[in-house]
Amino acid sequence: MKKIILSLLAALAFIGPAQAAGGGQPWDKFPTERLTDMAALQNGAKLFSNYCLNCHAAAFMRYNRLQDIGLTEEQISKNLIFTGAKVGETMKTALDAKDAKVWFGAEPPDLTLIARSRADGAKGSGADYVYTYLRTYYRDETKPTGWNNLAFPNIGMPHVLWELQGQQRAVFAEEKDPHDPAKLLHVFKGFEQITPGKMSRAEYDNAVADLVGYLQWMAEPNQAQRVRLGVWVLLFLAVFTVIAWRLNAAFWKDIK
Amino acid sequence: MAEFKEAPAGSSALTQTTVWLENRFPTLFSAYKVHLSEYYAPKNMNFWYFFGSLSLLVLVLQIVTGIFLVMHYKPDAAKAFESVEYIMRDVPWGWLVRYMHSTGASAFFVMVYMHMWRGMIYGSYRKPRELVWIFGVAIFLCLMGEAFMGYLLPWGQMSYWGAQVIINLFAAIPFIGPDLALLLRGDFVVGDATLNRFFSFHVIAIPLILIGLVVAHLLALHDVGSNNPDGVEIKAKKVPGTSIPLDGIPFHPYYTVHDIVGVAVFLMVFSAVVFFAPELGGYFLEYNNFIPADPLKTPLHIAPVWYFTPFYSMLRAVTDDMVNVLVGITLVAGILGFLKGGFKGIWRFAPLVGAVVVAALMKTFDAKFWGVVVMGVAVMILFPLPWLDRSPVKSIRYRPSWNKVLYGIFIINFVVLGYLGVKPPSDVGTLVSQAGTLFYFGFFLLMPWWSRIGEFKPVPDRVVFKAH
Repeated sequence: MKKIILSLLAALAFIGPAQAAGGGQPWDKFPTERLTDMAALQNGAKLFSNYCLNCHAAAFMRYNRLQDIGLTEEQISKNLIFTGAKVGETMKTALDAKDAKVWFGAEPPDLTLIARSRADGAKGSGADYVYTYLRTYYRDETKPTGWNNLAFPNIGMPHVLWELQGQQRAVFAEEKDPHDPAKLLHVFKGFEQITPGKMSRAEYDNAVADLVGYLQWMAEPNQAQRVRLGVWVLLFLAVFTVIAWRLNAAFWKDIK
Repeated sequence: MAEFKEAPAGSSALTQTTVWLENRFPTLFSAYKVHLSEYYAPKNMNFWYFFGSLSLLVLVLQIVTGIFLVMHYKPDAAKAFESVEYIMRDVPWGWLVRYMHSTGASAFFVMVYMHMWRGMIYGSYRKPRELVWIFGVAIFLCLMGEAFMGYLLPWGQMSYWGAQVIINLFAAIPFIGPDLALLLRGDFVVGDATLNRFFSFHVIAIPLILIGLVVAHLLALHDVGSNNPDGVEIKAKKVPGTSIPLDGIPFHPYYTVHDIVGVAVFLMVFSAVVFFAPELGGYFLEYNNFIPADPLKTPLHIAPVWYFTPFYSMLRAVTDDMVNVLVGITLVAGILGFLKGGFKGIWRFAPLVGAVVVAALMKTFDAKFWGVVVMGVAVMILFPLPWLDRSPVKSIRYRPSWNKVLYGIFIINFVVLGYLGVKPPSDVGTLVSQAGTLFYFGFFLLMPWWSRIGEFKPVPDRVVFKAH
């Protein structure tokens, strides 16, 4: 029986994460320490309301929830609300859905849960994806917007942060497919900066990390509370388990 | 009716209340005895026997958390997704209740699969416990329906497209299929009507049946008594002069304190998931389900939640080639039945004729339909298990040693099928799942033959028990 259990556990080890679609450009690692850094989250919220909320909504997120990352209601309504919404309302966008469809070919998706929904077991977390995606826009004149993206090929959205990052070009090389010599692969070799942005590369990566940290926080504002509470619950249950075990032993010592 | 009792003069308020109740509701007291204090369970029940009471615990958890979720959830295609996020963000402790419910769904299947496996290895379904097993399989069926309908309610992409795919399977049934699918959906596509009827089934109809079946399962069990890892009937040997089995101990307090240990350990694992990994790598909450349902955008890869995937794999295994293999097997079985079936007179031809008819039907209808049939039969085949098993002993402990290997392969095969069902289809995966499907059915259908052969070990008179 033990052997069966052990081999079962061994088999489980091979299973790995679900929904591993894989393929495409690998994702960079999002620096997760931003999630506990209030200043970084506040900066992320600022970038989010300045650059993202114009077209995207976060319709399940209330502005006053930003108090959880250390902002006051006054700071929120003065600095972060541009639509005239009340502080208890959710983050709607000013962009008309019909216009969006005409301009970009699709309605910009709601961003409340974007960081949670884009995870891929084989490639990384949703935050990794967004962190990679926001840093891999490149100039591509064959596209209607003039922009393309490595993490999201043929994307409809132009590079909104281009003033900060500047413009870059992607260098591709044709290489033979090692599995099938008849095929040529289009392999990404690196980026080349065309025009400088307001930020250096390190500054830009830093700003994007803050923004992604904010998106990750917004997708589940209770995350930190959940983990903190979980530690106490498990500690309690550990004590309870010991008591239950001893109680059981005390009763069962009569059974011969 | 029992005699009316009088509390002794000057007795405590507690005694007086007890006597008052005893006179008016004696069932309460007799039920306590029958099911707890004088229900004698074998003293050698091991680790595997935790999962029955844990399944009951999870059922209660699901009902209680479900009641609170319904207070805030809106079964409306335009509001469902939003209301779930409202629960997650704005309802005090809503996130905890929701994670408990979503984790509870998976935990329920983990517990029930372990519980069923216990029944299989110790022969708990054998005479006189056939009905206990049948009620149990019916509970499992209800649970599958409950989980499937519940999964639509968050109205995310995977909810929507998962339901779409599964309901479309019913459309593959010849003649009535399309109408049946329409009846299930209540519309031509999965929509508001589907959501509302699934909600109704999920919160009222199926839970009612489920609770009824659980009661029947427990009552039938307590009538015949629990099996044990040795498969020895403890009622055969009684304490002289009483009706108490020699190897039996009162369920309360011995197994109540025992089960509390199981509950404690279970709650640790359960809480670890709820608090630290509620998505569990996309297995318990699929990432795609954080995107609202969009009838115009089909996800690249649609997979049911993990607990359905072993059966889903078997469905996908039935390709045209697989149907040909099944036709071949049916014909060989027919010929064998003709030659060795031992039928008399005109009935000699029955297996042959039957096999030809089935084979012809298999080639007439689409492979997709046979996939649905295979998936359905894979679950239904559990019902006749008590009659498929012809082994002279119940427990795997006293079966031939190679039986352990066979049961080991069975469970590994089931896990592999589950794993393949999560993944997008691939050539190798299809071949493996086809082999796995044949093994799964072979295991059950050939059981009347293989369970009888080999060298059985002597079964002891009394259970094997070492004092703790």
